[in-house]
Amino acid sequence: MRENQTQPDLYQEEFSMARKIKNAFRNAFTNPYNLIVIVAIVALTYLIVVPLIEMITVTFQATQQDLRRIPGAQVGDFTLFYWNRLLFSDVSSSLLYKPLMNSLGIAICVSVLSIAIGSATAWLMVRSDMPGKKFFSLAIIIPYMLPSWCKSMAWLTVFKTERIGGSPGFLSALGVQVPEWLAYGPLPIILVLTLHYYAYAYLLVSASLSSINSELEEMGEIAGANKLQILRRITLPLVLPAILSSFILTFSKSIGTFGVPAFLGMKANFFTISTRMYSSIRQQQTTTGYAIATILILISSLNVYINQRAIGARKSYATIGGKGGRSTLISLGKWRVLIVVLLVLFIFVGVMGPLIILTVDTFMLKPGVYSLDNFSLHYWSGAGNPDIYEGEPGVFANSRFWQIAGNTLKLVLITSIVATVCGQIIGYIASRGRGKFSGKLVEQMVFIPYLIPSIAFGAIYLSMFSKPQLLIPSLYGTFTLMVLVSVVKHLPFSSRSGTSNMMQIGIELEEAGSIEGASFLQRFGRIVLPLSKNGFISGLMLIFISIMKELDLIILIVTPSMNTLPYMAFTYSNSNMAPYSNVVAVIMFVIVLFFYWLTNKVSKTDISKSLGG
Amino acid sequence: MSRIVLKDIDKFYGSNHVLKNLNLTIEDGEFMTLLGPSGCGKTTTLRVVSGLERPQNGFLYMDDELMVNAKELFFAPPSKRGLNLVFQSYALWPHMTVFNNVAFGLTIKHVPKDEIKKKVESALERMQILEFKARYPSELSGGQQQRVAIARAIVSEPKVLLLDEPLSNLDAKLRIDMRSELKRLHQELGTTVIYVTHDQVEALTMSTKVAVFFEGNLVQVDTPMNVYQNPADLRVADFIGNPSINFVDATAQLNGDTLEVSSELGTFKYDRADFTENEFPQSGKFDCVLGVRPEQVKLSIKEVEGASGAIVYACQPAGSETLVQVNIGETKLLIKQVGVKNYSTNQQLYATVLENMVTVYSKETGKLLKFSHEE
Repeated sequence: MRENQTQPDLYQEEFSMARKIKNAFRNAFTNPYNLIVIVAIVALTYLIVVPLIEMITVTFQATQQDLRRIPGAQVGDFTLFYWNRLLFSDVSSSLLYKPLMNSLGIAICVSVLSIAIGSATAWLMVRSDMPGKKFFSLAIIIPYMLPSWCKSMAWLTVFKTERIGGSPGFLSALGVQVPEWLAYGPLPIILVLTLHYYAYAYLLVSASLSSINSELEEMGEIAGANKLQILRRITLPLVLPAILSSFILTFSKSIGTFGVPAFLGMKANFFTISTRMYSSIRQQQTTTGYAIATILILISSLNVYINQRAIGARKSYATIGGKGGRSTLISLGKWRVLIVVLLVLFIFVGVMGPLIILTVDTFMLKPGVYSLDNFSLHYWSGAGNPDIYEGEPGVFANSRFWQIAGNTLKLVLITSIVATVCGQIIGYIASRGRGKFSGKLVEQMVFIPYLIPSIAFGAIYLSMFSKPQLLIPSLYGTFTLMVLVSVVKHLPFSSRSGTSNMMQIGIELEEAGSIEGASFLQRFGRIVLPLSKNGFISGLMLIFISIMKELDLIILIVTPSMNTLPYMAFTYSNSNMAPYSNVVAVIMFVIVLFFYWLTNKVSKTDISKSLGG
Repeated sequence: MSRIVLKDIDKFYGSNHVLKNLNLTIEDGEFMTLLGPSGCGKTTTLRVVSGLERPQNGFLYMDDELMVNAKELFFAPPSKRGLNLVFQSYALWPHMTVFNNVAFGLTIKHVPKDEIKKKVESALERMQILEFKARYPSELSGGQQQRVAIARAIVSEPKVLLLDEPLSNLDAKLRIDMRSELKRLHQELGTTVIYVTHDQVEALTMSTKVAVFFEGNLVQVDTPMNVYQNPADLRVADFIGNPSINFVDATAQLNGDTLEVSSELGTFKYDRADFTENEFPQSGKFDCVLGVRPEQVKLSIKEVEGASGAIVYACQPAGSETLVQVNIGETKLLIKQVGVKNYSTNQQLYATVLENMVTVYSKETGKLLKFSHEE
């Protein structure tokens, strides 16, 4: 050995395995990224993958109550009994095939109608010289902001008949004979869902339209095409990808939706796959319900898969067509006035009208009598009167309301904060681990809840946590379970906003910090956190609103002592106490609109970002 | 103070081999420019030195101290390497004022407050931006942001200053100003500078040494003038110089100590004294390529002895110089002349090649065979 360490030829290091192992450990444990990734993967596995597998496994296991129907089986034995019953028995038709056909039919009609309305309004808003655009840009979106179940209650307020609904609706009160198919069943479900979901098509198509440079259309004009030819042969093909992807989005949302078909169908014995699943589980046929949930998840996943295959690749060409650029508006000419009148009618008659009637109804003591002396605050704050709805007190005078409102607020607040923080952390992993296997894995896992319709997701959690699990006691009927299910279901959404938030913070800003010697925590605290504040707040608000509105997700896991305002409205409506459920609905949309307004005020967030919620 | 040795460095991104067995020594106090087209590995080299990137193979020493031993997975953290980095995007923290941006590193090291103030202000003073210390980066112009980024890098008095294409976001005039500023800064501070650029003018004007990269390989390390006059191979020759070098196909014959090269420009003879160490092709006669810089050809209107006839293809006067494209037989040549010349298209001129200054490359390997030699 030579003594002189500075000789260049001593750069020949001797390899030492011991040093390598020591360094490998030190690298692994001093890199906080690795720690976060490990925690995230374990948590996501336990909260998403395991529950899903668990639920599917349960559908192949015999339960106590069905033992006598499965010869020779013990509890927990493998059995195809439930799948046989669901797919190949004489009850299959009413359990699965009919509801499935109903769901598919509804989903297709809703998608087609939504796209027609959404694309037309989008074209009018973006490409035409329609007046009053500022007003319409908000008015068109408002229906989407309100929970869809609120809208179905508004529908009932107008169209319901005494035969099923107990008290008469607005039209019957005016002496109009309302046929039953207009009050309950597929038609109202399709119309209400369309009023809710056309916003998707509107937002996607208008984004795509505004990315088209009008020079492309002008070139067509120079080549001698007329307006209709330009629309059909240039504009339409360019927005086709957006139209297709809003079709898929609307389809997959409406096939799994629960609130609207529950309000407008169940009472008339009209079932969709989601309401059938709900009633199966409520009637103690839990395993059958899980099997239906599995089918629902399968359909949704297939749908998203088709979306990725069919549109994913082609979606990009709308932007090749030119980035925004100059845009010349197309004159509507003599149609201008007519179109505006139609649009105003659509918004007022279709959406605002029913909501106003619903609100007025809450002040009418005797349903259907619209006169000033019938005005009353009874349903809002009156003390219980044994003659009116069996002494149920007005909503504000009801201690249960305050307890549930408090519970709702607590749930929404805790859930949205937890979901947003998790979303930001996952966003950090996804943005910093771009190209790494770990980043991709986390991104994919977080995406799974998106594939699963809310009500099926509730079913999964019901099956997983209604009995004690490894390290976790039974959570059925607890606040924790509601928080858990809401957080995980909203993870795709919160982590998407977290990712886009973190992507805005260039990795070089962090590298500059590590060059200066800042540790991970110092970098996070002094660079990443202050810079992500705004994105954090706007993400939080949107999740807040989304959870606030939620009915489908929690409907299966609520209990009489642990529930939320949407569920309260749902139970009032189910027990034919329409005025009370209307009051709760009015309170709900006041809260929701207030928070939308606040979000807009605080963060200038685009409403369209709330698409995923 | 600081000598940097990169030894046998390999870097992969997935299956993409970005640095191929890199060996480079940067002497203390040197202004070393890493030059090459985008994607050649120059920025990766800088990031390996800085510690932001971990190579899969090789060693890195700074001041004879081991910083990277990839085989043993030993990587000293960036802050332990006594260096600082100016990012291409500047990477100024948008939520901190100019003062806080520059002071950040010192506060991490818990330097006393009054000392931070003194150091930060002197760094800002040096970069002539003291007056902006209370502003936020978004309130500064691109050139001012650049100065903040440099102030932030020099405030901690690093032994090595790394600059990643720092001038690429500035407009042409500011770029020339900042070039002289950076050159001065290097001389005043005396630190070792590693400078990454794809702009050969920056490389030639500022550095004491230039390292040229192609596709992850280090092709040539030399002084700027040597890189210009004697590019190690055809790719380097083509990359360096604006307007770029003319390549002329020729055949060569080695006769004892004399290399005889024939092309449409004429027949040139070169002595062994000018030969490089690269091996010559074995056969007696072989194909080669002549490297002729645009300023290495003289043009005259009258016929001169030894000149070849040249037909003007296009003439581009630009005030201080004129670029003339001529055809000599089948050979196209771009020639640079000082001052304004107005030749008409298809005009007959006479071209004299300064034959000793021409470089000769092997057609087969692309390697330099004969050095350029002053006339």
